[in-house]
Amino acid sequence: MIAILDYGSGNLRSAERAFATTGLDVVVTSDRRTAIEADGLVVPGVGAFAACMKGLNSIDGASIIRARLEKARPTLGICIGMQILFALGNEHAQEQPHRGVGIWPATVSALKAPIVPHMGWNTVEAPKASILFAGINTESFYFVHSFAAKESVGLMQTWTTYGERFLSAVEDSYVCATQFHPEKSGEAGLALIRNWTKTL
Amino acid sequence: MSLSIRIIPCLDVTDGRVVKGVNFTNLIDAGDPVEMAALYGKEGADELTFLDISASSSGRETTLEIVRRTAEQVFIPLTVGGGIRTVKDVDRLLRAGADKVSINTSAIARPELIAEIADTFGSQVLVLSIDARRARTESGFEVTTHGGRQGSGLDALTWIEKACSLGVGEILLNSMDADGTRAGYDIGMISAVRAITTVPLIASGGAGTLADFAAAIDAGANALLAASVFHFGIHRIKDIKSYLGSQNYPVRTVATF
Repeated sequence: MIAILDYGSGNLRSAERAFATTGLDVVVTSDRRTAIEADGLVVPGVGAFAACMKGLNSIDGASIIRARLEKARPTLGICIGMQILFALGNEHAQEQPHRGVGIWPATVSALKAPIVPHMGWNTVEAPKASILFAGINTESFYFVHSFAAKESVGLMQTWTTYGERFLSAVEDSYVCATQFHPEKSGEAGLALIRNWTKTL
Repeated sequence: MSLSIRIIPCLDVTDGRVVKGVNFTNLIDAGDPVEMAALYGKEGADELTFLDISASSSGRETTLEIVRRTAEQVFIPLTVGGGIRTVKDVDRLLRAGADKVSINTSAIARPELIAEIADTFGSQVLVLSIDARRARTESGFEVTTHGGRQGSGLDALTWIEKACSLGVGEILLNSMDADGTRAGYDIGMISAVRAITTVPLIASGGAGTLADFAAAIDAGANALLAASVFHFGIHRIKDIKSYLGSQNYPVRTVATF
């Protein structure tokens, strides 16, 4: 069973339907026990970093993610759901960055590009051993964001260039994340979701 | 590699049916929005836009249901516009499965709506749709309302700068002079808007030949929206993409797995 973490962040229906195409049961939940016990947990997120952390903290979401890591259960962050896994985010807070969950020791900062948000379909540079991008490393994925992490963290990194090079995905044993939206990336996105669910 | 130019079919919907002439031979039920959305998705549309032109509240409810059904089977971004006046209207659409909303007349009437939506859901959900025409305003471009039938007196560039400062994430620029002519996009208008804004720009109105699409990109458009050229099968999405690809513009080709 896959749980999609509901912490008040936007439209979860698309994510629910996209993950359901794998044939697995999908629940949208903010229940702590369900989120910890699920075979796979998806942490989505839209909007601003601080607003998402506030929502996550309201259900003690950071401890849910850490509990899953301790129990070696896969978690997948998407978009802002990826960004909040980092230590710090300086969206609307240049001087004193907001604290994230802190799985990876890097800061999420503004993307330096002439036109932002980075909106639309872009390609990725995935490592050969990637599990998420197996068979789909030449495809495009749908991005909508103005901030990103730019330092190398985790076991495997996938990069995308828009104005500058940033992390478009991280694979780090039981916690993975994508800056783009696999649930909105057509057939390629659904293939990535299938690749992830094979690890559950 | 780089960010692809987005090709966006627009479906005008009223009371559950696609209006505007539809003449698409491969579709059995040519006016069903969910069926058309699925077909365009398969053909390589990079996003889809539904414009709800229903006059009645029951028509709006029907559109919500169409958005729900589309979002269940088409996994590409979906923008919905038409009749959005409040944050609550946006919330309903996002919950139904829309990824973005576009606002037009309601933002002209009450610009604070832009900040209200952006503060609640983030700028990335908000597309400012502008119907502009050439006129004797400061920049030479005027915002129109009521589908281009009424001038507002508002200068288009002044309005865009204000809307961007309030938090729109993207601009959909419709040329009312070019709309329906198939004589090409209003290149001067696209360039003028590109020069004053750093958010993504979707060009609309006037697409006729394949070269028209390339000219709009050269003028600064990041995405190209069209309705009748797709509905009438004048250009298939894949033909536009293969033309643009041959001219070295970045486009996404559709994967099959």
